[in-house]
Amino acid sequence: MTAGSSTAGFSTAGLDRLRGDSPAKRHNARTIAALTGNPGCSRRAVLDAAGVDKPRLAQHIGFPMGFGQSRFALARGNGFEAMLKADNCALLLSVLRDVLGLDTPSVSYDDLGDDDDATLGARHGRTRKLLAAAANAALVDHPLLTLDVAGRQVFLEPDLIAFQVEGKLHVVEIKSFAIVDGQADSAKVSAAAVQAAVYVLALRRLLAELGHDPALVSHDVVLVCPKDFSLTPAAEVIDVRKQLATLTRQLTRLASVSDLAAALPPGVSFDMAMPPADLVASLHAVEARYAPECLSTCELAVFCRHESAGHTAALGRPVRDALGGVETIAEVLELAAGTRTPTEEQVEAAALLQAAARLRAEIL
Amino acid sequence: MSTLTALARAQAFAEARAQPLATVRHLHLHERPLILIPYAMAGEANAPLAAMVGTDRDNPRLLVVAQPRNRDDRFAFAAELAAILIGYVDSFTGQTEAVAVDRGRDVRYRFTDAPQLWVPNPGGVDFLKLFGRSTRFRTTEGEYAVPASVPLLGRWLTFFASSAEMAGSSLLLNGVQALSSHWATGQSGAEDAQLAALMGWLAPPPGMTVFEAAAAAEDPSLTPPAGPATDPSFDNHILAPLLSSASPAVSELSAALRGQLLPTWDLLWRALDLLRTLPVAGRVAGRWDSDRDAYSAFVQHLEEGGPPQPRRDGAVAAAARLSRLENAATRYAVQRAFDDPLVMAEYRLSGAAFAGEVTLAKADRIDDTGKRPVLRPRIMVVTTEPVGVAAGAVLTSPSRPSQKAKVISVTRLDASAASKSEVLLELSGGMGRKMVAEPGSVPEVGERLLLTTLSEAYRPGGAFPEPDQTPWTHGGPPVPFSVSDLPDASLPDPSLPGPSLPDPSPPGAFLQDPDQ
Repeated sequence: MTAGSSTAGFSTAGLDRLRGDSPAKRHNARTIAALTGNPGCSRRAVLDAAGVDKPRLAQHIGFPMGFGQSRFALARGNGFEAMLKADNCALLLSVLRDVLGLDTPSVSYDDLGDDDDATLGARHGRTRKLLAAAANAALVDHPLLTLDVAGRQVFLEPDLIAFQVEGKLHVVEIKSFAIVDGQADSAKVSAAAVQAAVYVLALRRLLAELGHDPALVSHDVVLVCPKDFSLTPAAEVIDVRKQLATLTRQLTRLASVSDLAAALPPGVSFDMAMPPADLVASLHAVEARYAPECLSTCELAVFCRHESAGHTAALGRPVRDALGGVETIAEVLELAAGTRTPTEEQVEAAALLQAAARLRAEIL
Repeated sequence: MSTLTALARAQAFAEARAQPLATVRHLHLHERPLILIPYAMAGEANAPLAAMVGTDRDNPRLLVVAQPRNRDDRFAFAAELAAILIGYVDSFTGQTEAVAVDRGRDVRYRFTDAPQLWVPNPGGVDFLKLFGRSTRFRTTEGEYAVPASVPLLGRWLTFFASSAEMAGSSLLLNGVQALSSHWATGQSGAEDAQLAALMGWLAPPPGMTVFEAAAAAEDPSLTPPAGPATDPSFDNHILAPLLSSASPAVSELSAALRGQLLPTWDLLWRALDLLRTLPVAGRVAGRWDSDRDAYSAFVQHLEEGGPPQPRRDGAVAAAARLSRLENAATRYAVQRAFDDPLVMAEYRLSGAAFAGEVTLAKADRIDDTGKRPVLRPRIMVVTTEPVGVAAGAVLTSPSRPSQKAKVISVTRLDASAASKSEVLLELSGGMGRKMVAEPGSVPEVGERLLLTTLSEAYRPGGAFPEPDQTPWTHGGPPVPFSVSDLPDASLPDPSLPGPSLPDPSPPGAFLQDPDQ
């Protein structure tokens, strides 16, 4: 069973067709978080929804990207998580007790099984059963949640769900970056917060489905990281209400991806068996919205950057805004030189560009 | 981003050549800087892997941590780095000069020179800051003793990292920021963050276009990263096999790491060459004086046996520091504009400055409406640029920084097609003490004059209570410093497992410390 094929009441055949014979890539909280980072990009939405293997696609068309992860980082991340979860989460429980007020002596611990594609459905079933029944302080390890993304069901695996005594559910996210003197890398913390928000949303929808109050899932998630320069865990509570609001809004907008895919010309396909030139033609048929930030979040970014060369967007959003939102660099320079008649909405930008060009010419 | 800078980027792309953002160099460039390129171990919390360091371009020193997860190896690295860095910073304590303070009633002394550190990028600054934090509280006694130079290194690194936050300071500089504040490339800021890609635009290798050079810079197999993060495929294919043995072959490790670090070493020196081609800005020397003051004060603090910098500032210290940072940022912005017409152009574009021609000047005008008559010349300036000031505003001209020009009236002359404004100004200060202005101190008819709302006037620092008077709203007086309070001063790092990693090891291995 692969992600997406079990979607009830929704036709994804059109999307699956785009992928050809290759197996679908699974969405995860990280790719959903990235999706919300650039919601205007139809290309990413379509490719992700169709489960296309973007790294392979990029490689195939000659724009490979180094998205490798160091084994050292992986080993440390896995080691930290394993250390926390050893002996039925003994160490993790000790840090959670403080921040969540788990004061009952016994906290039940349920491990729902290892990560394995073959058992996704069964694990999700067990997760549902456990959540439907649980009311006591408990830790649920390896839970499996689902979330509808762009009309497709996506399986999600939070690190852990913790139950508080009052029946509130908290998502626990384990990360291996350090919190030094109470401060951590802000980019990493915000990425973790968006990921945790994805889990909170999925959990809330599941509870609603089970007939519970979705508000039982707290918007306060717990981030567990190594403290200072040691491997001693430290837990911090993060309020993800803002991330949740953004996420809900973006997911609603993404809902129309199937329509988008249906509207594509019939020849469009991302079947890796096709020659690169045809794949590139297919890519051009789906509009992208490239921004330099894509370079750190999307495996196809190098291709999109190449495609948008000469556009002000390729220089970054602040540059584009400062240039009055004018589309291409050639246009900008013609407006600045006064050799192009500005459109009505460009008049103001053109005046500013001409003044700027005059000043630079005067001084240099 | 200003429209002026954005336009420079667009021009750079169209001309396939970097464009200047400054006509002069706004930083002090030392004759004998210490270049330091740190490399960190992926995944670890600021564990050093290697560093290339030195003051001699042809003779870099390579420091390598033989087993990055071994505590002893890590502190041996810190001690080696300390020997180089402390030797360097101590080499500027030879000569002092007297500086008058308190209006000449007293003197204090400062060193005639100060150290200057260069790292490739802001990530390097962050690394030094955290490495300083992880070493400055180490104890030199007891079971987990480290060499005495290690905590001292930590205190110096902390000093450098915190001065790097001060706008306009040149004690610790990074190549990416230094270059990108002087030149605009035709790529985005995200791409500029890689020193090699930035240098590809500024000085492409012979026979290469800037686009080819930038593309080559992005391929880690052609251009290793400038650190502190390593290239993941280098980690997986070269480093991991080398580190998998209990006692890695240091010579092989050194050779591999030298190959990764040397390109950045050369690149950073070339970046300095490039910056040296710009003439130095007028107010750089004054800011370097402040840097020398800071350095001298820190040397004195160490000599007097002062405590290491706290983990976090107390409430009063934090507020005072924030106020100093804000003042420094404002002063730096103004000084850059006064030193550099290209920077001032940004203010002219936004209406905070304008250039015009003096059409009327009455240099001997006396204002006798007050208790005693004062010299208050008036001038009329006509400009075609946008004037974003109103009557009552006080302006300054970079050519006469000590003179104030108060706006009496602004009249727009819209008769002609080009919008023109007449600005009537009343001058005070900077004309000598007599009732007749010193020759040349009042602008003459026909002179082209630039006026701005920016001011170099002295900005008093904020008034803060003594730390022991910290109000309860801010946590009350801070607890006095004591090394024994620090949780990690005497404890071993539990982060240092045996050499069994990088292969995923049983969880228990993380808790075993080789020291125990």
